[in-house]
Amino acid sequence: MWFFDGALPFFDCGRDPRTNMRKFSLREFFAYFACFAVCFQGLFLLVSRAHADWLQFRGPAGNGVLQAEPGKPIFSSGNSVAWSMELPGRGLSSPVVVGDRVFVTCSSGVRQETLHVICFAAANGAKLWERKFRATGRTMTHKKTCVAAPSPASDGKRIFALYSSNDLICLDLDGNLLWLRGLTFDYPNASNSLGLASSPVIADGKLVVQIENDSESFAAGIDPETGTNLWKIDRTKAANWTSPVVMKGAGSGGEVVVLQGSDGLNALDPATGREIWKYEGGAATIPSSAVSADREVLYVPSHGLTALRVGPEGNTARQLWRDEQQRPGTASPLVLDGKVYTVNNAGVLSCADVGTGERLWRIRLKGPYGCSPVAAGRHLYFFSEKGVGLAVDVSGAAGKIVGEIDLEERILCTPAISNDAIYVRSDGHLWKLSDS
Amino acid sequence: MKSIFLLFSALALVFLPGLSRAEDSLADSGDSPIAEALAIIKAVGREGRGNVEAGRAWKQVSAADSARLPEIFRSMDDAGPLAFNWLRTGVDVIVDREIAAGGALPLTDLGEFLMEVQHRPDARALAYEIIARVDLPTAEALLPGLLHDPSVDLRRGAVQRLIDEAAKTREEGNQDGAALLFRQALGAARDLDQIQEAAKQIRELGRPVDLPRHFGFLMHWNVIGSFDNTGREGFDAVYPPEKEIDFEATYPGKEKEAGWSEYVTSDEYGMVDINEPYGMLKEVVAYAYTEFNSETSRPAELRLGCKNAWKVWVNGEFVFGRDEYHRGMRIDQYRLPVQLDEGKNTILVKLCQDHQTQDWTVEWQFQLRVCDATGTAILAPDRPPTPVAAPPERKRRG
Repeated sequence: MWFFDGALPFFDCGRDPRTNMRKFSLREFFAYFACFAVCFQGLFLLVSRAHADWLQFRGPAGNGVLQAEPGKPIFSSGNSVAWSMELPGRGLSSPVVVGDRVFVTCSSGVRQETLHVICFAAANGAKLWERKFRATGRTMTHKKTCVAAPSPASDGKRIFALYSSNDLICLDLDGNLLWLRGLTFDYPNASNSLGLASSPVIADGKLVVQIENDSESFAAGIDPETGTNLWKIDRTKAANWTSPVVMKGAGSGGEVVVLQGSDGLNALDPATGREIWKYEGGAATIPSSAVSADREVLYVPSHGLTALRVGPEGNTARQLWRDEQQRPGTASPLVLDGKVYTVNNAGVLSCADVGTGERLWRIRLKGPYGCSPVAAGRHLYFFSEKGVGLAVDVSGAAGKIVGEIDLEERILCTPAISNDAIYVRSDGHLWKLSDS
Repeated sequence: MKSIFLLFSALALVFLPGLSRAEDSLADSGDSPIAEALAIIKAVGREGRGNVEAGRAWKQVSAADSARLPEIFRSMDDAGPLAFNWLRTGVDVIVDREIAAGGALPLTDLGEFLMEVQHRPDARALAYEIIARVDLPTAEALLPGLLHDPSVDLRRGAVQRLIDEAAKTREEGNQDGAALLFRQALGAARDLDQIQEAAKQIRELGRPVDLPRHFGFLMHWNVIGSFDNTGREGFDAVYPPEKEIDFEATYPGKEKEAGWSEYVTSDEYGMVDINEPYGMLKEVVAYAYTEFNSETSRPAELRLGCKNAWKVWVNGEFVFGRDEYHRGMRIDQYRLPVQLDEGKNTILVKLCQDHQTQDWTVEWQFQLRVCDATGTAILAPDRPPTPVAAPPERKRRG
């Protein structure tokens, strides 16, 4: 390697008289270094794409989709279980996948006061580490949900785990504690007796949390390095379980974080909390919005389903279409290859054109669904509350079920996809499903 | 090569002294190399204050030898809830590392820490968890001695063991013995599921159970209503009972004059149902008042269950309030630390009902008990006998 060669001086040029090796000028050195950096970055991106981390609730773009080549479904039958591991507690939270590691949160104990963050090896399910914490906020929830309801998020270097108790914990990928917050410790009335579920997101390098309830609602941008507030704004005092989404906009970093609530939407600059645009048409408080692949259109559970396109300056949003018949149930909508998909509370999957909202087809699935669908390639994946997973091929004139697996446990978590595998969890187990 | 060496040397000269100074400042404090690190962690505050410093200190604590575990545990005694999580995670890392390396943990020290009940309950429960992980037979042998432990987590295991033993005794036909064992379990139980199981079994065996007394629910109240809560504005409005308690007075109410009346509940879980005296009203506020005689001046907890918006005052001082409606209710939903005076203490509860009309929004009620931090009932010396199986009474004052 030339830069380790003892004959290479930094501040000279020409040839070394002893070794006759080429000497580099400082300008040449930086030119080579820049080329190397670009190549390395390109290589890294290729590797990243191949690994395709699943960093947060509903995946890399927060829309449930992992961009992948069309191929066979990830699972087809009960033989698709690569491994399963027991979990120490309950959870509705999604797994997140960073590189070759899978991270899962749980809550356990008679009062759900023990909070877990667990790291598994994606290859074989071996538990690499587990960290436990004691809840500092209220742990009461509706019996169907639990304290580990919000999904963790990652920036690829760190795991940010949020719980219904409003404990917010930051660990590095090896389980070293970097910082923690008790958001109910800080803001004593910020809790919901039914439980909170909004998942944090990373937007413009800032961690954004949305804590909304009847008594003390707020959203905050948090410095991922220190865990301190960059900004904090009051939100409408009303229960809300939706998660923020990130899209293009006139925020200082070219992104906005969109907060959904019963009043509608507020698009904020993730760096400052400043409002960039808002939509006052009201919106659902359980299913979250889905953002298009180009991150310019938002499909909002509002009056059925409403499509909003961000304006060219990024500081406005205008309605493209609205269809009151497409009414997402608990599951959030999903956008894939020019189609938008919704599942209603009866378990009916609807497909519509993203440009016009025209409904193209509907099929009945084996619901009910307490979690959101995910997709990769040409397949959508659904897991019902009864534990039945379906792979639906949506490349044809209508959706077609091409894979089915019965995990025989209640599934309420939105799964994660990475490396041709699906990771899904119940209150008792984490599964890796893959036909590869 | 020489140039590279010089460059790195220069960088090292710039940065390393600062790093080593930081490490030294953590290491050179007192007799313990981690004492200052522990102090830094315990200094974390609200809104992330001290996180950066605590992160550095945590690295030092979690890298400590397992022989330092007793010191870390002792340091937990005066740690806040956030600092406790920093410390307990450091303990987890040390224990994991030691177990993975096949090393020995200071189990005797941890066991002695466990047995010293003056230490923090959740820290003692963590010590027990480590003992159980490494030496389960010893942990199980220690269990019966934890039946009346200040840690609810620790006593739960002991109570369950007793419940299981009582059930087995009953199955074997020894009804009297089973009743006694269930009675002992009930006396120690602080978790609702265990209390209900033990009480059910005792009753099936033909013996009475006074659950309101076991919990310390307050059963005798005076109530007044109803005031206006249109638009949920009554939560912040200050109505006369917040200024004075005068049982003879009447005030303008939302639709008619409001006056005080006695209210006694015989509900097993101390439910005070405001709908009973006032009907199924909406967008209204009521108040409930009682007095609690404490034998000593002491810390205590008021534990409230309520699915309506509420505020609580003790001895005229506002304790806490919550503007949430119909999101669920359970026993001990809210734990309110208070300081009781010796003798008479006044307790005022404000209870707001909202506008919702669904059938699951009808309830306008609360339950409140007085206990210590473990959940053990604090009973007033003049506590009246528990009202039994009679419909709630209402008698107009004056």
